[in-house]
Amino acid sequence: MKPTDTSNPDYFHKVVDCQRGCPAHTDVPAYIRMIAQGEFSDAYMENRKSNVFPGILGRVCDRPCEPACRRGRVEDKPVAICRLKRVAADHRDDITARLPKAPDTSNGKKVALIGAGCASLTVANDLAPLGYEVTIFEALQTTGGLMRTNIPQFRLPPKVLDEEIGYILDMDVDLKLNHPIDSLKGLLDEKFDAVFVGTGAPRGKNLEIPGRYDSENIHIGIDWLESVAFEHTKSIGKRVLIIGVGNTAMDCCRTSLRIGADDVKVMARKPRGYFKASDWELEDAEEENVEILINHSPKDFVIENGRLVGMTFEMMEYNIDENGRIDRGTVVGEKIIPCDDVVLAIGQDNAFPWVERDIGIEFDEWDCPIVNETTMMCGRDGVFFGGDSAFGPKNIIWAVEHGHQAAISIHRYCQGENIEDRLPDGLNLASQKMGMHEWSFSNDYDAASRRLMPHVDLKERFKQINIEVELGFTAEQAVEEVERCLNCDIQTVFTADLCIECDACIDICPVNCLTMTSNGDEDDLRTRLSAPAENHEQDLYVSAELPQTGRVMVKDEDLCVHCSLCAERCPTGAWDMQKSTIKIPYAKDELPKETPRLVAESGT
Amino acid sequence: MSFIAKPKITHPGIPKNKLGLTARDYEGTVSTLCAGCGHDSVTAAIVQAVFELGIEPHMLAKMSGIGCSSKTPAYFVSQSHGFNSVHGRMPSVTTGANAANRDLMYVGVSGDGDSLSIGVGQFVHAIRRNLNMCYIIENNGVYGLTKGQFSASADIGSKPKKGEPNNQEPIDPVSTALSLGATYIARSFSGDKEQLVPLIKGALMHRGFALLDIVSPCVTFNDHEGSTKSYAHTRQFYHHVVDMDYVPPAEEIKAAYAEGDAMPIEMHDGSTIVLRKVDKDYDLTSRSSAFKFLRERFNAGEITTGLLYLDESRAEMHELMGNIDSPLSQLPLDGLHPGGKELKKLQNRYR
Repeated sequence: MKPTDTSNPDYFHKVVDCQRGCPAHTDVPAYIRMIAQGEFSDAYMENRKSNVFPGILGRVCDRPCEPACRRGRVEDKPVAICRLKRVAADHRDDITARLPKAPDTSNGKKVALIGAGCASLTVANDLAPLGYEVTIFEALQTTGGLMRTNIPQFRLPPKVLDEEIGYILDMDVDLKLNHPIDSLKGLLDEKFDAVFVGTGAPRGKNLEIPGRYDSENIHIGIDWLESVAFEHTKSIGKRVLIIGVGNTAMDCCRTSLRIGADDVKVMARKPRGYFKASDWELEDAEEENVEILINHSPKDFVIENGRLVGMTFEMMEYNIDENGRIDRGTVVGEKIIPCDDVVLAIGQDNAFPWVERDIGIEFDEWDCPIVNETTMMCGRDGVFFGGDSAFGPKNIIWAVEHGHQAAISIHRYCQGENIEDRLPDGLNLASQKMGMHEWSFSNDYDAASRRLMPHVDLKERFKQINIEVELGFTAEQAVEEVERCLNCDIQTVFTADLCIECDACIDICPVNCLTMTSNGDEDDLRTRLSAPAENHEQDLYVSAELPQTGRVMVKDEDLCVHCSLCAERCPTGAWDMQKSTIKIPYAKDELPKETPRLVAESGT
Repeated sequence: MSFIAKPKITHPGIPKNKLGLTARDYEGTVSTLCAGCGHDSVTAAIVQAVFELGIEPHMLAKMSGIGCSSKTPAYFVSQSHGFNSVHGRMPSVTTGANAANRDLMYVGVSGDGDSLSIGVGQFVHAIRRNLNMCYIIENNGVYGLTKGQFSASADIGSKPKKGEPNNQEPIDPVSTALSLGATYIARSFSGDKEQLVPLIKGALMHRGFALLDIVSPCVTFNDHEGSTKSYAHTRQFYHHVVDMDYVPPAEEIKAAYAEGDAMPIEMHDGSTIVLRKVDKDYDLTSRSSAFKFLRERFNAGEITTGLLYLDESRAEMHELMGNIDSPLSQLPLDGLHPGGKELKKLQNRYR
């Protein structure tokens, strides 16, 4: 293999699995270290830079960072990254003075954002401080979009939403509530320099089976949740069936329990392991005694005397091949399950009845607009999409990332620059050596297991619909959990010229990541390392030829716990622990740089 | 030294031996030697060898004297027996231990100071009595613990970090052992585990005195230009003469060897050492020709390595003394200590 090119920011970025896994690339290890030092406000601001809504996401993020977390490969449970984010939000001081502000004078450009959800709010957050005049058009009487209407208050209190959305609206953003846009063409005729569509995927999927329209007690999940959120719906029958087993289904079943149901069953068509819901949402629902029935495929609604009395299900059996692929299944029987209400939570679709089809925007077969995945611009110049409205239902953190990218594009577009020509990611490396065997970070591996999130007592939590179930980590729990972070951003950096091939690093490495051997191609090298290197998603870090023998140093990045012992045992400093800071560009970075400051920015 | 312990966490894919243990289970405490010390690599090689042999930790005794080298038994196989003796007296203490319990496997770790200066008298007599042990000399040519003075193994012309080059003849442990009749003699280099691990395995399983002279650079006081025991110098003048593989009893010899290249030698426990001659001129079964060959190469500045001499036929200490098979430590007191009356009888036999 050729020596690894570590000047490409991508290489070290991949080592920071959590940051890489996060669509918005939040610098997770950096903020966890801030929490460890009690710098909660700093940790909050570090989060806000990339994910904009730390308090919200610290509760309800889909947390792609956690399955990516290296700790999950080394042991079985990842660091509780998401809930540590909430720790930063819960314990921060008043940070309003540190927030970006709109300048006194506008730059004369006007941007319209449709929908007041996370995507649009992120665009506003990035553009308002640059002097853009931002107007948000929202169809409902309140902000937040699906974050407010679809996520129940017992998971995400309105106060948290109001506060973090308020930070953005306070940047002189013009918010027009109760202002649905009926025609994009009409809006385009107004004097806006750019338009951003962040209207989500607002149409819940229907289930067209016999009896569907014969009862008032069959509800579409996301519409029903919205109706509960706005207190139009205040009760439900005792026995409720939830169809579908995604995260919306989890919110529906837990909401049902709080407004009158006492027997809630989630009906899954497939076996466990093929559920769409996140593991932790399943756990939380099951903790509340929700029953999940597998291999039940809905057949029809049973209506007696005009009243819904149950549902018929086909009992399924599946064949699963060795790769875990599941077939369509065969019907092996039928079963009627009695119920009073049914909530359909089987997915969402995009819907753009208000977008004319003759204005240069193309749509695909699923009614999703054709949008450039980098620039977020559609076929019509000056119109940008983001969040669920761009590529179908994803999650909040993806919407935030779309918002950041759209903001860069909108800025370049309004300044008459090529929107494809974007700033590349940057990389900064800084040695963390403080003394002979001292590092600027807590390098000692802590074998503690993942802390459990404390919950409100099972009886207590059902008394009102808005009692937040998760209590947040206590200070003691946070202290233990932060130490579980492996500081993957503190990179092991190797300088081949300095190596005397004494083997000290190889002998000390607790997880056998290091090998000195003759060079070969990757597949060959992977078979000749100190320990099996079977995770091909993780790179091999290959050095230049070593001075004394011409062999190469190979590091399998997979299970490195960043304990820094290789660097401690290295007599020549060939191994060093260096913090990599991946510089992700935002819209503000597009502005001309100020006169260089004499004092270097204080690093973290 | 490092202040944090090596984390207990392991790679899930590392192999287990016949006892179900991993190499990590044969580790000791974290080394307090200088970072980059050759001795730490030797320690790692011992861990690997003992792991691969599947030795039960409680059947191993680690013996040492004084010096950087003699600290290292603390860094491997924590759950074994050990004795850290007076400077240079490890061979006598090991003799005593072995006399009392011949069932244990003895590994002595010493240095060029401990064995070739203060302890040279002890060293040579342990060889003469063919004490059944693996005797490792971690040879770096200097007294590291007292800041780098030349030791008795320093080569003529070798330069110190500061001061004048050495002009006294070095003691070569390999030729010394050869002249005294050691039965397993090898030289290796701390930076060559591929060669070193099988040599240690062979030495541990050999019945009799096995000497391993291991060039183990002192990274702090003897790794500079002009030193003949540095990493760079050793690598430059390093020659494999005879390599070997250790094949445990009842295991098939699997590796493929070119005909004429490999020579299997059966050992006392039924295991096999397969010798692979790198240098065709070398005969490792003849003391006189081995001596000549090694001297010539030494004069040419070469560092000859590998299994340099092997004699499986000579009796070890207990056999020479005609001792019983079971360890003396397991004899009941009246058998071990027949009493004054019996002693009188014995003495009378020689009057």
